[in-house]
Amino acid sequence: MDFILNEEQAILKGSVARFSADLRAAMDKKTVTAADRWGRYADMGLLGLPFDEDFGGFGGGGVETMIVAEEMGRHLLADPYVPVVVVAGRLLADHCSEEQKAYLLPRVADGSLIVVPAFGEPKSRYSLSRVATTAVPSKDGFVLDGRKAVVLSGAAANLLLVTARLSGEVGDEDGIGVFLVPGDLPGVTRRPVLTVDGREAAEIVLDGVRVDKTAALGTLGRGGAIARRAEEFGVAALAGEAVGAMSAVFDMTVEYLQTRRQFGVPIGKFQALQHRVVDMRVALELARSIAAGAAIAADLDNAQERRRIISAAKVQVCRSGRYIGQQAIQLHGAMGMTDEYGAGRYFKRLLVLSSLYGDADHHLERFVSASQYDEGGALVA
Amino acid sequence: MKFAFSAEMEIFRDEVRAFIREKLSPETRRRVEEGRRLDKADYVQWYRALHAKGWITPGWPKEHGGTGWTALQRYIFEEEVALGAAPPVTAGINMIGPVLIAFGTEEQKRKYLPAMRQGDLWWAQGFSEPGSGSDLASLATRAVLDGDAYVVNGTKIWQTQAHYAEMMFALVRTKPDVKPQEGISMMLIDMKSPGLSIHHIKTIDGGQELYQCFFDNVRVPVANLVGEDGKGWSYAKFLLGFERHGIAGIGLAKRQLNRLKRLAASETSDGRPLIEKPRFRDRIATLEIELLALEYTSIRLLQEGEGKGPGVESSLLKIKGTELRQEIFEMLSEVVGPYIIPYDNDVVRSGWGHDEPVGPDYAATLASNYLDSRKISIYGGANEIQRNVLAKSILGL
Repeated sequence: MDFILNEEQAILKGSVARFSADLRAAMDKKTVTAADRWGRYADMGLLGLPFDEDFGGFGGGGVETMIVAEEMGRHLLADPYVPVVVVAGRLLADHCSEEQKAYLLPRVADGSLIVVPAFGEPKSRYSLSRVATTAVPSKDGFVLDGRKAVVLSGAAANLLLVTARLSGEVGDEDGIGVFLVPGDLPGVTRRPVLTVDGREAAEIVLDGVRVDKTAALGTLGRGGAIARRAEEFGVAALAGEAVGAMSAVFDMTVEYLQTRRQFGVPIGKFQALQHRVVDMRVALELARSIAAGAAIAADLDNAQERRRIISAAKVQVCRSGRYIGQQAIQLHGAMGMTDEYGAGRYFKRLLVLSSLYGDADHHLERFVSASQYDEGGALVA
Repeated sequence: MKFAFSAEMEIFRDEVRAFIREKLSPETRRRVEEGRRLDKADYVQWYRALHAKGWITPGWPKEHGGTGWTALQRYIFEEEVALGAAPPVTAGINMIGPVLIAFGTEEQKRKYLPAMRQGDLWWAQGFSEPGSGSDLASLATRAVLDGDAYVVNGTKIWQTQAHYAEMMFALVRTKPDVKPQEGISMMLIDMKSPGLSIHHIKTIDGGQELYQCFFDNVRVPVANLVGEDGKGWSYAKFLLGFERHGIAGIGLAKRQLNRLKRLAASETSDGRPLIEKPRFRDRIATLEIELLALEYTSIRLLQEGEGKGPGVESSLLKIKGTELRQEIFEMLSEVVGPYIIPYDNDVVRSGWGHDEPVGPDYAATLASNYLDSRKISIYGGANEIQRNVLAKSILGL
């Protein structure tokens, strides 16, 4: 393993760190709208990260994605970068026709098209194969019916990537398609909801939505696997974002312990609190290392190895994130409970990140199934 | 960032692995794997092999017999040695060796370093005392200059394998009326000195490897003083801060986790392999994930710190590495169910021999190993002290 950034990556990190700090400052002054913010990402070239240069991108991989996501997490940037660029972006780049790519990718990269994944359903929890939404072939395309749950930025998006069942039973791995659905098509109803961390999501009803044949992406019937691969990139990115958030709230906590005085001394003088801070730091370092591992693994061809490390990362990041977030609130005392103070905002973001694209239990299960052992207990790769 | 180590490092790893497979006695390997106690002969055979290969003192400067390896090579070496179930290198090589090289007299270097490189010279560490554990600077063993020798009186405790040791490196108080740290000197004491006696301390695992040493007017030649009188504290800090690339014990943890999985695959619960029982399986998987995160952390901190001296991260790695290993040993104590209860100290040492085993053969050492594992968060600076050290560097208060 090599955890050192190469020169280009180090430069990217520096410029994304400055970009994110500036954007955060503008957000705090309330001088930017969501559209302005998205435009700034486009100007930086970040919206084309996973795409080839031909399509307005720079061909970034898992590590470049982690670098961007970590800075977003550190500065609590509220934009749907991971769903749009990482998950939807990867899926489009890997499964669109050349014609579709030529139209879609430059528009995602310049910010004019917002595409979001709409994989989850009210009863699917984290499974990508428990798809009850149906896609019935029609004369010139498909008719979609069903509901999609907790679609992040689902109301603001121009295009939805909808998984729908062509054949088989709910829960079957095969028989699922991925469809590109314009958000304003007749029959699409989007109910916007606020998220716990102050962002936007939508519950979406599809009622007799007619799409044409070209709306179906990738190998028809393999939509579960297609969505899962795209979501793996998303999990690796979320791990990086969570590390950024953990690192920021850890720094806030350290500063608070250095300055808050009780009993005539900074509270960081008390051993009960010192040891807690050390355990937070240990949790942070573990999360940071395995998130980096997941970023590297995201580009591996070996599916079993990739899944094993990415799911391990999600488990560790969920655990570290919960611990660091909870202890940050605790060590800030009542201040930690106030809405104006920043610790709570990180805490809420970490809650969302741990519940998105599979929680710790879900990924522990995936980790176990990717870790097959022979009778001697050795890993069968 | 890359997923694999470089090809050179993989070749190096293969070379280390092949060497261990070829040169480590199969009997010693079996004893280490089964968690049995080792005899001096186990160590000696392995040290001779390391010496012949020139690999016994990797951390020493090259002109004194070091290998000149990079930090990553040393990490890989230590991991493979642990994975390959070889005995650990003695305290002397990684502790007093570097101190003598840095601060010893020419005569001391000539006298001790070659013997250490051959694996022939065994050292006891004389730091702790009954009244001085974490607060080491409070140590009370006194040394008074009398002609060409110091006269030492007092006691030292927690020497591992003092019965094998020819020499001890000890911290003693030579100046009683200065600040506690400034009155301490380091000296080399012949274990056969008149007035020096050793008494073994039986530990909770039934082991007899720990000793207490008593000094009754023991004469130590002035030539055995290390560096300057009164500077012992700084030499001890140098020695304890010496680069420890393997401090997280990743190889050790991996070997025990593999043992846990192997045993959990052969044990059954309700007619199914224990490893398939979701509650047990999930706990193993959780440990495995933490170990992966810690392994990446060890390597990352090593790479980020390349070229710099050891930092406070060694405290972090020590804390997490020992706690994780203790959790693995705890699960190993559960894997055989009620067969953790029968316990025979002779069987722990030598196996059942001609007797029919009580329970599975591998059960006999698990209780001993679990009990013994409780020490790892205590020795080498208790984890609470490590947390104090780390907190100080984080908070700066």
